[in-house]
Amino acid sequence: MCLAVPGQIVEVRLERGTPMATIDFDGIRKEICLAYLPEMQVGDYAIVHVGFAISKVDENAAKETLKMFRQLGTLQRELDASGDPAQ
Amino acid sequence: MKYLDEFSDPVLARRLFAEIQRITTQKWAVMEVCGGQTHAIIRNGIDQLLPNEVELIHGPGCPVCVTPLGMIDKALEIASQADVIFCSFGDMLRVPGSARDLFGVKSRGGDVRVVYSPLDAVALAEANPHKQVVFFAIGFETTAPANAMAVYLAKERGLKNFTVLVSHVLVPPAIEAIVRSPTSRVDGFLAAGHVCSVMGTWQYGPLVAKYRVPIVVTGFEPLDVLQGIRQVVIQLENGRAELENAYERVVSERGNQPAQAMVSKVFDVCDRQWRGIGEISGSGWCLSDDYREFDAEARFDVVHVDAPESDICRSGEVLQGLIKPNECAAFGQQCSPRTPLGATMVSSEGACAAYYQYRRLSGTPVGV
Amino acid sequence: MGTSPPDFSGWTCPIPLRDYDRIVLGHGGGGQLSAELVEHMFIRAFGSGEELRDSAVLAPPPGRLAFSTDSYVVRPLFFPGGSIGDLAVNGTVNDLAMSGAQPLGLSCGFILEEGLEMAVLGRVVDEMAEAARMAGTTVVTGDTKVVNKGAADQLFINTAGIGLVPEGIDVRPDRATPGDILIISGDIGVHGIAVLSQREGIEFGTGVESDSASLNGLVAEMLRVCPDIHVLRDPTRGGVAASLCEIASAARVGISYTDSLLPVPGEVAAACSFLGLDPMTIANEGKLIAIVPPQAAEEVLAVMRAHPDGTGAVVIGSITENHPGVVVAKTAFGATRVVDLPLGEVLPRIC
Repeated sequence: MCLAVPGQIVEVRLERGTPMATIDFDGIRKEICLAYLPEMQVGDYAIVHVGFAISKVDENAAKETLKMFRQLGTLQRELDASGDPAQ
Repeated sequence: MKYLDEFSDPVLARRLFAEIQRITTQKWAVMEVCGGQTHAIIRNGIDQLLPNEVELIHGPGCPVCVTPLGMIDKALEIASQADVIFCSFGDMLRVPGSARDLFGVKSRGGDVRVVYSPLDAVALAEANPHKQVVFFAIGFETTAPANAMAVYLAKERGLKNFTVLVSHVLVPPAIEAIVRSPTSRVDGFLAAGHVCSVMGTWQYGPLVAKYRVPIVVTGFEPLDVLQGIRQVVIQLENGRAELENAYERVVSERGNQPAQAMVSKVFDVCDRQWRGIGEISGSGWCLSDDYREFDAEARFDVVHVDAPESDICRSGEVLQGLIKPNECAAFGQQCSPRTPLGATMVSSEGACAAYYQYRRLSGTPVGV
Repeated sequence: MGTSPPDFSGWTCPIPLRDYDRIVLGHGGGGQLSAELVEHMFIRAFGSGEELRDSAVLAPPPGRLAFSTDSYVVRPLFFPGGSIGDLAVNGTVNDLAMSGAQPLGLSCGFILEEGLEMAVLGRVVDEMAEAARMAGTTVVTGDTKVVNKGAADQLFINTAGIGLVPEGIDVRPDRATPGDILIISGDIGVHGIAVLSQREGIEFGTGVESDSASLNGLVAEMLRVCPDIHVLRDPTRGGVAASLCEIASAARVGISYTDSLLPVPGEVAAACSFLGLDPMTIANEGKLIAIVPPQAAEEVLAVMRAHPDGTGAVVIGSITENHPGVVVAKTAFGATRVVDLPLGEVLPRIC
């Protein structure tokens, strides 16, 4: 497995031709390599593994997933409440 | 932390548990491939709260634990040499080889350093031109782009004192080896989300089609893991076998293309031994011809170093859920968290190590 | 307190007689240079007014004595929120306090590497003196040895302390009793993360500062309201997890705590996330674990929160007769997890 956590880009720059960034993990700052996500901009969230940004976090997808979790069982509870058998 | 805390919410977790309970009508064995998912499962006690019908089998997805004994011995041999700075990720230092671990080498005067990133090792090579700097390049597909970049930059910068000891492993061949095994009990897989963030999901389509097994790409926070389990169970209960992505905020179908390009420039596919499991064909990456000059095995002449795996360790069977850890004769005897033989005991969250802790809790003497 | 990077700008070398800005072998040789170092460095800071003798002579009041020693080798010497100097005092004062003792005096042995900058030693000694003053104690005897360059890494310190355990106080790990309440005095993991942030190969930026502090004042307050405190422990190396495992083993009791009750600051949690560490295994230098009879818990908690070193005190769990010798965490989802004694060195993980 691979321990990788989301952080927010706070600064981007080129170092000897390689795109680098300062990333913020909730108050912890770390220098990371942006070579594989050169389009990342300040404010974006990236998944970081061993000092490399490997994937941009899609905020809309995150919201959608959480929304789906919140709605889970809602329909079931309504059906149960109305006395209608589930299936 | 944003994108972590929201996905650990106990209230939403209860809903997911309830949903999994509601849809489950029969026994299913689900393998979480990745050690990070195992970590989330053990850390939160997810396995205790699932319906009894849903059994989780902890997969082989920890590159540290599956690194073969022979490769560790090569690392120990190189790290023991004078004028070598041997750099490794921290979790590799405690993994025992045949005689000792990297801490043991350090205690005998070896210059062993923990790095956070492979680029730190490149920087050490530049700062120490009179030393040979060797980086232990382990990992799955997630780590390979970082390790490949280190090699690429070393070549760009003309570094003659930097090499890598490569022990990369690949997830799809491991899943295929498990699913092909005639004794396999695994009904569905949670694929490793961070591996897929690099490689994309497309690699798993053919496995799903060929073996008719559900594969759900899954993240690492507790709610992600629960959602992965839920999607696998829904498929199984409905007789479906499809590739699904339950980690859409991070994983796309195509993955990280620049990372894949760099990896295929620096590495070629090769066969690889997995600790306690054996050789899996095409399950590794080694340096490509263009980058062979950075091969530590050749530079330090350790190609011949090898070590037989334990002949009593049955971690391969444990990994596939074929036997319980205590059915192995070595469990609690020759093999314990302090003296691990196979991958499943090396990792603190491996099936054997977790079972060892569980036995302490239940008051059962561990060695019995 | 130390800042990082260390700032020596306001510090002037107190040794006027010979113009050494670095430690030389002679400073440990027992001759004039040694005497000058003692007089102008150590006595200046530690302020012993007594004549120089081979040993300090203490006249303890009636009661039992606590005696403890510890060596300090932390790297870097100066880190956010502290230094090897204040650790060397606070650590030993706290070891005494965990037996319920108040310090009567400390000893201090230095191993110095030839070539150490005098200004660095001066800063360390000053921070020791300040920490001793804060703890209400003094360094009463000491020793200095200088070793060849390369035979030590800058400087090592050993301190020992003698403390007085008041009548009626009996604090020790094996007194943990089923039903007792488990209290922690505040945020965990900050010292270890502050030090780790400076370590070569791992460096990261953080506002986290070490919690290095002497806890004898806090302990005195706690014992005032509850002389029957069963166990006190300062969860240093190995963190809270190691301390709890040791107590469970010593008292042959089970310990149960709840993950969600642990006071983990956001930055500690974040650092642990990206390095793959468990805050429960990270060192603390200004926190204590208290195990107290249930009827006293509320009052102890109240005096802890009223004391500057215990403002963040919370109950995190209890002692149980179940699973003797084993520490169990209750997870946020209501499941359980066995907590094992950490193996040793805190290492960042990739998996």
